[in-house]
This record gives sequence, structure tokens and C-alpha cells, in this order.
Amino acid sequence: MNDLVWIYAVTTGPGPPEAAGLSGVAAEPVRAVEGEGGGEGLTAVVGTVPAADFAEDPLKDHLEDLRWLEAAARAHHEVIDTVFRHGDTVPLQFATVYRDDDSVRAVLRERSADFTGALARVHGQEEWGVKAYMDPGGGPEASGGPAPSGGPGGGAAGASGADSRPGTAYLLRRRAQRDDREQAFQRARGRAEDVRGVLESLATRGVAHPPQDPKLAAYQGWMILNDSFLVERDRAEEFAAAVTSCAEDFPEVELELSGPWPPYSFVGEVEGRRA
Amino acid sequence: MTSRAPSSAAAAGPGPERQVALVDLLDRVLAGGVVISGEVVLGIADVDLVRISLRALVASIRAVQEDEPASAPFAETDPR
Repeated sequence: MNDLVWIYAVTTGPGPPEAAGLSGVAAEPVRAVEGEGGGEGLTAVVGTVPAADFAEDPLKDHLEDLRWLEAAARAHHEVIDTVFRHGDTVPLQFATVYRDDDSVRAVLRERSADFTGALARVHGQEEWGVKAYMDPGGGPEASGGPAPSGGPGGGAAGASGADSRPGTAYLLRRRAQRDDREQAFQRARGRAEDVRGVLESLATRGVAHPPQDPKLAAYQGWMILNDSFLVERDRAEEFAAAVTSCAEDFPEVELELSGPWPPYSFVGEVEGRRA
Repeated sequence: MTSRAPSSAAAAGPGPERQVALVDLLDRVLAGGVVISGEVVLGIADVDLVRISLRALVASIRAVQEDEPASAPFAETDPR
């Protein structure tokens, strides 16, 4: 089998000179493929990778191996991040593999309008990640008295509290717990919207990722927010300061900021994700 | 990636990390980026990367902590 070509990113102009010193997902040297014809002015940053590891079947096997996946994901990101520091960049989804440079030039040519549009949308901007955590048991109401009637939703439990049958008491207790949890849930959702509202006002766009698995991300409680925001580079400090003041305004919420990231979360719809 | 965030913002979270957290990276690298469907020579475009890698993640976690019961993530009840 022959070698294949892995694409990392598409950028404008000749591409970053420092890409020459980078190594990619197969520890291969990273290089530039310049667009021609309709793709002129676009550059794909690519690497030549062995088909033995990157053809469809071996690649699928590798993707189920976490150590391989992590190393490759970090290498993919490292290349994209370097290109991104050089100028406007559209990251390609992980594992976009072509047969040869001609196929890459063909896609630059045929999709040049899409790439140019995406580059314009992320021009001068970067992605910031904000995660928010909340303790379901926290908050003023939930930590109130021991009586199940303590909360606003506990009226029914209080009214029949004199009933001494153990089965009924158990059911009432269960209902009170459920009500407490429901209130905590609504409170968390409200807080997530509060934080999101503040941050979206400083961002060009925002997008919500699914909450991360508690074990994978090593946290306790609820991840009430796992968002990305597209922020103009010269507003990044203002954005970070807003995260800090949200943390002060909502002490029950723990906030975590990451970035700047290349605009991974703001280019995906360009090609029209499969319906 | 180097964080340009003021240290006060980083202090709001569990702690600043020198290396990008893998879960954050996978959220973006696997689920983000331009998807070129129909033109990729190989069939990889049809592979559900997020699902396939989640299997790898879950398998590795399970190997480490078999005994802990799963706590319900916020996501399960959140219709968003």
C-alpha cells in the first residue's frame, strides 16, 4: 500500500514557516500544499502518513486504543495550534485522510468558497472554553432544615406529616428528596443560563458541548456548562475578566476557563454535517 | 497551548494545567473541525469518531475504577 495524506488545517497565504519543523500524527514532517486554480490563496497543512496505520481498517483499530488516540489527538492539535498562531486557520476534523496531494489540491479548489467563508468568519478570533460546576446539594434552600416541608415544594409532605405509617413516611421522604433534587436542578440550570448570558454578550458566538463524563473529567457534582465561545482576540482579556466576575457573582458555581483554542467548534457547519 | 488568561480567572477553576486536558481536547478535535463529507478518499468520514473514541475512553476508565458506581451526570436529565 502507498502512503496517504493527513490534513491538519487550511490557512491563508503560504502557511507558517515554522510548520516545517513540526511533526504530525505519525511523527512525520508537516508540510504545506498550496492551492491552485480556484484554490489559489489557500494552503493545506498536511503530513504524509503510512497506509499501514492510517488506511481505514488500521485507523479504526487505533482509534479504540486510548494511548494511540491521545498521542495522535495531541499531535493533531499541536500542528493546528502552531498554524493558528501564525494566522487565520480552519482546523480539519481529526482523521481526514486523502490519497495524495492532488486530491488535497482538488478539495481546496472545489471547496474554496467554503474555506474562504469559514476563514472570514473566524478572522481575528479565538475559541475559549468555559466549564461550570455546581454541587447539587449546595445552595441556601437545599441545605435548610431537616424537615421535608422546609422547601417551597414540600407542602404536601407537611400537611400529612402526622401520618405515622412507615410506608407513607418513606414515600413522603422520597418525594421530598425528589423535590429537593428538582429544585437544585432548576437552580443549576438557571445559573448556567446566567453565566452563559454574561459571556455571550462578549463573544461573537457560543456553542454548548455535552457535559463531560464525571470520571473522564474527574469532577464531582454537576457540570452545568461546557461551552465554547468565539471571541475577538483583542477582547480576550475582557472575556477572561468576565469569567472571573461571574465566579465572584455566583459563588456556588465553580468556573474553569481554557484557551485560547483554534476555532474548532466554529467551523464544522461549513461543509454541512451529514444530516 | 499557552493560556493568556489572567491568573485570577484560572484560579476560579480546579487549577491551571500546563498540558491541555484530554477531555477538552477530544471535545474539540473529534467533534469539531471542518468535516469534508463525500470527498475524503477513505471511508473515515463515515466513522462516528466521538462514539468510537468514547469506547476507548470508557474501556480505559473501567480498567482503573471498576468498583465505583456511576453517578448521574447533569446531562442525563438536561434536555438541552
